[in-house]
Amino acid sequence: MKPHMAHRRSGVTVALTIAAVAALALTACGTTAGTTSSSDLKQATKLGASEKTVSILAWPGYVEDGSNDPAVNWVKSFEDQTGCAVSSKVYGTSDEAFSLMKSGNYDVVAASGDLTLRLIASRQVAPVNTDLIPSYKDIYSFLKLKAWNSVDGQSYGIPHGYGANLLAYNTKTFPTAPTSWDVVFDKSSPYKGKVTAYDSPIYIADAAMYLMTHDKALGIKNPYSLDAKQLAASVSLLREQRANVGEYWSDYLKSTQSFETGDSVVGTTWQVIKNSMAADTAVDVMVPSEGVTGWSDTWMVGAKAKSPNCAYKWLDYIASPKVNAQATEYFGEAPSSSQACDFTADKNTCATYHAGDEDYASKIWYWTTPIAKCLDGRTDVTCTDYSQWTTAWQEIKG
Amino acid sequence: MTTQSETRVRDGAGHRASVFLYSHVRVRLALLISAPLFWLGLVYIAALVALLVTAFWTVDSFTGEVRTDWTFDNIITVLTGSLYQSVTLRTLGMAVLVTIADIVIALPIAFFMAKVASAKWQRILVIAILMPLWASYLVKAYAWRSVLSNDGIFQWIVQPFGGTTPGYGIPGAVITLAYLWLPYVILPIYAGLERVPDSLLEASSDLGAGTWRTLRSIVLPLLWPAIVAGSIFSFSLTLGDYITINIVGGANQMLGNLVYTNVGAANNLPLASAIALIPIAIIFVYLAAVRRTGALNSL
Repeated sequence: MKPHMAHRRSGVTVALTIAAVAALALTACGTTAGTTSSSDLKQATKLGASEKTVSILAWPGYVEDGSNDPAVNWVKSFEDQTGCAVSSKVYGTSDEAFSLMKSGNYDVVAASGDLTLRLIASRQVAPVNTDLIPSYKDIYSFLKLKAWNSVDGQSYGIPHGYGANLLAYNTKTFPTAPTSWDVVFDKSSPYKGKVTAYDSPIYIADAAMYLMTHDKALGIKNPYSLDAKQLAASVSLLREQRANVGEYWSDYLKSTQSFETGDSVVGTTWQVIKNSMAADTAVDVMVPSEGVTGWSDTWMVGAKAKSPNCAYKWLDYIASPKVNAQATEYFGEAPSSSQACDFTADKNTCATYHAGDEDYASKIWYWTTPIAKCLDGRTDVTCTDYSQWTTAWQEIKG
Repeated sequence: MTTQSETRVRDGAGHRASVFLYSHVRVRLALLISAPLFWLGLVYIAALVALLVTAFWTVDSFTGEVRTDWTFDNIITVLTGSLYQSVTLRTLGMAVLVTIADIVIALPIAFFMAKVASAKWQRILVIAILMPLWASYLVKAYAWRSVLSNDGIFQWIVQPFGGTTPGYGIPGAVITLAYLWLPYVILPIYAGLERVPDSLLEASSDLGAGTWRTLRSIVLPLLWPAIVAGSIFSFSLTLGDYITINIVGGANQMLGNLVYTNVGAANNLPLASAIALIPIAIIFVYLAAVRRTGALNSL
């Protein structure tokens, strides 16, 4: 091979390799531009004619049209009743939903509490007039007008279903059931490498909730409303926990499997995960004395909705007892409608998920987006917002 | 009749274009490669430039929109933050370990295939090595998740000898990544060994060299470029990975995870771009080092 040829070929190889690596490193590209409108968003005062279509953004299992399971379909009867053709898109994380909503292409979104306030603050969703939604009257009152679905007494959506982040434990490792979250925090060292935790910045609230009981001097009133000092205390608790964590989970297959095989013996889980474990799995779940964090999802209407009338019709339909029962039972959470329990396929569903149990529900600190304005009413300090939580969470994982 | 139709064909536009192209080599070349070059430019170069540029922008913390204010903040954060330093070192260490493991495993297999096995076995082995590539990456990673589990097959095999499974963590992730990239390392080394003439090996042995001497003085120098080629694959693929570490890596994260969370959870594309520049910088250094050894010249 002639020298100059060799040189040229190596140049090409280098260039190709660089390009290949760049393509690998480049997970997403492109930027969003544009500004949100500054005009005040008003709630609808009356409903007009149906627009024939409605586009919905939701968690998997919330808008089932029979394409996943022909027997599971509550979209068709909505289309038959209202004449609004549904197009839906599912998302995997609240953060993905946030960027999808910014496209302005969706009339309706089903948002968890770690997303709702971000959507409201960035003016992606409009206030909702609950008077226009007959099904709203049956919604449990302990879910209405909460910090994650309203601002200053103005409703921004209809509650859908709710659930708790429970403590799961292996009954062989724990012959007597634990009573406190201390088994995953202060007293987690005996289970080193077998502790599991939810993989999201919002998990910082679990540590903050624990500190509410165990370090009263910090003065945490709401685990989603932490000033810099309180966040630092929660982070240092989670850093200590990190040494004993075997793995963090965000997809539920991973959590189910690691409890089944005994790779995890104690940690956060959901009722639906416990239900999907093999019957002989020696795992139980419980609500520790400090309480639990949880979620309460909200159906919201996009600020730039092209079909606001069909959007309202969907909100009413999905909150109606029968559909609410069907949808929440399919997903594995408690329904929000007080009349839904009469319509569940499995009559034990409401008992399993503690639907309507106000005492149980009051122990749940529902996911709420941390924002700079303190949610607990303090005005003398600035609270840490979600982006600070995200940075902190990355540092905790290390 | 025949003559007339031939004349018509000769006067056709297609024919004239063909004649033109035949006599204009450069135009022909331009037409031929402009489409693929456009693709290359759009997909590789434009994306890379966009990445570089985005790293110097910021995100409005209130609206979450990317603002085109020029700043070095992201680069400074990535260079000085202890999180990024420790994750970079971990990722780099894992890439080196995976590469070494793959080369150590690939060398004897490739040598057997190229120099010992019969033609029939050679074909069977090539198929056997390519076969895992037919299966989905995710299925393979999840398969390793169950292999490495507490009640998995790994534990079952080593338990009688007093061993335990490494479980989910960095060792587990290194094993899984080494498994995933092994075909990409075996194939170039195998191809390189095929090009080592048997006559040289025979000559070496005729001159009295033992097996090890022949391997060290004849095979290894000739094979070096192929080993380097294989190492580039396993090294760069490991640098960019973020899924395997999620499945079998326990609570650990790599550079890819930081990029992923910053694009997703944190909604901070500029910082993600700045982090993505780390593996690019590392691979530049790696290629420069490889180039100094001269291995790229005979690739």
